[in-house]
Amino acid sequence: MKSLSELRRFASTARQLKEGLGDFVAQTCKRDKSVVFALLFFTLLLFSTVFADYVAPRPYWEGELSERLQAPSWRFPLGSDQMGRDILSRIIYGGRTLMYSISIVLAVSTSLGLLLGLLSGYYGGVVDILAMRTTDILLCFPPIILAFGILAVLGVGLENAIIASSIFFIAPFARLTRGQVLSAKELLYVDNAKVIGCADARIIFHHILPNIISPLVVQMTFNAASVILLVGALGFIGLGTQPPTADWGTMMYEARDYMNLSSYPLFFPGLCIFLAAFSFNTLGEALRDYWDIRERAL
Amino acid sequence: MEVLNVECISRLNAPPESVLEETDFYTHSTFRNLLIEGQMWGDSSEAANRMSYSYFLKRSISLIPTILGVTLVVFVIVRSIPGDPVIILFGGFVTGEQLETTRRLLGLDQPIYVQYFLYLARLLQGDWGYSIELGVAGAQPVLSLVLQKFVATLQLAVLSMIMASVLGVFLGVLSATNRGRVDNICRTVSLLGFSIPVFWIGMIFITVFSLHLRLLPSMGRGGPEYLVLPTLTLATYLFGMISRVTRAAALDVTHQDFILTAQAKGLRRRQILVNHILRNSLIPVVTVVTLQFGSLIGGAVVTETVFNYPGLGLLLVQSLLRRDYPVIQGGMLLIAIVMTLSVLASDVLYMRLDPRIRFAKRD
Repeated sequence: MKSLSELRRFASTARQLKEGLGDFVAQTCKRDKSVVFALLFFTLLLFSTVFADYVAPRPYWEGELSERLQAPSWRFPLGSDQMGRDILSRIIYGGRTLMYSISIVLAVSTSLGLLLGLLSGYYGGVVDILAMRTTDILLCFPPIILAFGILAVLGVGLENAIIASSIFFIAPFARLTRGQVLSAKELLYVDNAKVIGCADARIIFHHILPNIISPLVVQMTFNAASVILLVGALGFIGLGTQPPTADWGTMMYEARDYMNLSSYPLFFPGLCIFLAAFSFNTLGEALRDYWDIRERAL
Repeated sequence: MEVLNVECISRLNAPPESVLEETDFYTHSTFRNLLIEGQMWGDSSEAANRMSYSYFLKRSISLIPTILGVTLVVFVIVRSIPGDPVIILFGGFVTGEQLETTRRLLGLDQPIYVQYFLYLARLLQGDWGYSIELGVAGAQPVLSLVLQKFVATLQLAVLSMIMASVLGVFLGVLSATNRGRVDNICRTVSLLGFSIPVFWIGMIFITVFSLHLRLLPSMGRGGPEYLVLPTLTLATYLFGMISRVTRAAALDVTHQDFILTAQAKGLRRRQILVNHILRNSLIPVVTVVTLQFGSLIGGAVVTETVFNYPGLGLLLVQSLLRRDYPVIQGGMLLIAIVMTLSVLASDVLYMRLDPRIRFAKRD
């Protein structure tokens, strides 16, 4: 019986979500053409990530040295790189690497940051002081510098770059969540819930969290763009994904030495990083306008 | 002020001359002198002055635990790097006796918390360790190495900050005062600037200006021509953010009553733009620019690797690749301290520039 009602509730939430999404798309796409672009880019990225094996013209590792550094042609739509590999195929597989890293970084940093922010905002006291002091200290390092320190310990590589970025993005997210909880905590319905004897967990997850979720989602979208740029920069410096795995930043790192011969292997991966970051930023902006959240300098 | 402005507006129905007189009095002598001229750039009230000094002192003291925490983080990072530091120091060739002596000498035989305090004491004495890379005159002390490279980074950062501020403020005000098409374009441009990977735009600049047009050098540091491309690159990193902040601030100001007053008394659009909107919206911009200074140094790291510009960022990347841990430690520490100080500066500036906050805090 209980599971049935749970199911019903889930279905109604899903319906609301779907309606909300449709409403959002209808409202913002009419006003802002760049949102249309962002959504299209996402669809393309998602599609090529899932079906990379079928979409890519050839495997990302396969190259012919006699065909290195060629300009775009029918055979190589975006040209070929210094090993004669097809840039388009490598970009498609690189999108897979990117989606993999963003989803892990966002999942880890968002869940930990959310937990930390909710606890320290709701309970205050020693937990709050400890958590906020820690985030203060973490925020003293620019993300890439903190990543350097962590990579110095763990060694270079994609997994370690992901760990390093996840650690950084916990701190700002925790701070934002805490601030939102602090203001939501004072509202009447929270007092109400307390008076009728709700448990703390119920108040936090049932009354506070749903009401502060929109700024958090917006921040998450902006964070995704920052993660793309950070992981791309680490790859470009040579500290991220190691060859021969396809990754946009690392492709640029490898192609740098050949830039006086051909700029295509450098240009297209960077363009993809740019477009991906731009799409997330546009989406974040549109969501913020849609939910009417005031701009804050974070 | 609120009351005065409301009064001005309620008098709008009165004959024009009297409005002009009244509003002129309030906007020019009272509002501008008190809020903008008098206390935005200087200070006339002694109490407020004292107050802001004590605030400054309090904020500075509250930074001490943060900086201690930063040293702890850096210490923990370097100590948890796998491998024995003494063996790394000797490059692997070391006898047992040498190992013992050096350990004792460096205090590595002490318990870990004693080592941390020893490290702190050495930091305070200006001994930040020695680079394992041998320079011309033997091992280089980290502090002087890091500071020397930091000067180069600072040059780059300050130049691009000025450039980004000019561009960003212009775009932001343009966007806030021309809603509609212009606003949309400006917002998209600032969002583009926000999302451009620094290393990609840097590479494009090199390809266009150095490889094809052969106008500017692409690598290294020397005359002013070496600074052009890195500065441009780093400025794209910041200008998007500045223009967004300016836009938000200017929009805020545009909806204030005193703008309506200024419009009502027939000031020229240009006058309102410069004297009322721009000056007031600069307050958050200045604080955000200061606040972003630390992360600008982070962006400089990437820019320096693109242009092989010998600053702190390039030094850090190279040290990371050749496992020169004392330098990584020193560089991280220096950057974190600069970042902390920029947050402090931003806080203090915000208070100094905006009297409303200062007076609100006093109550």
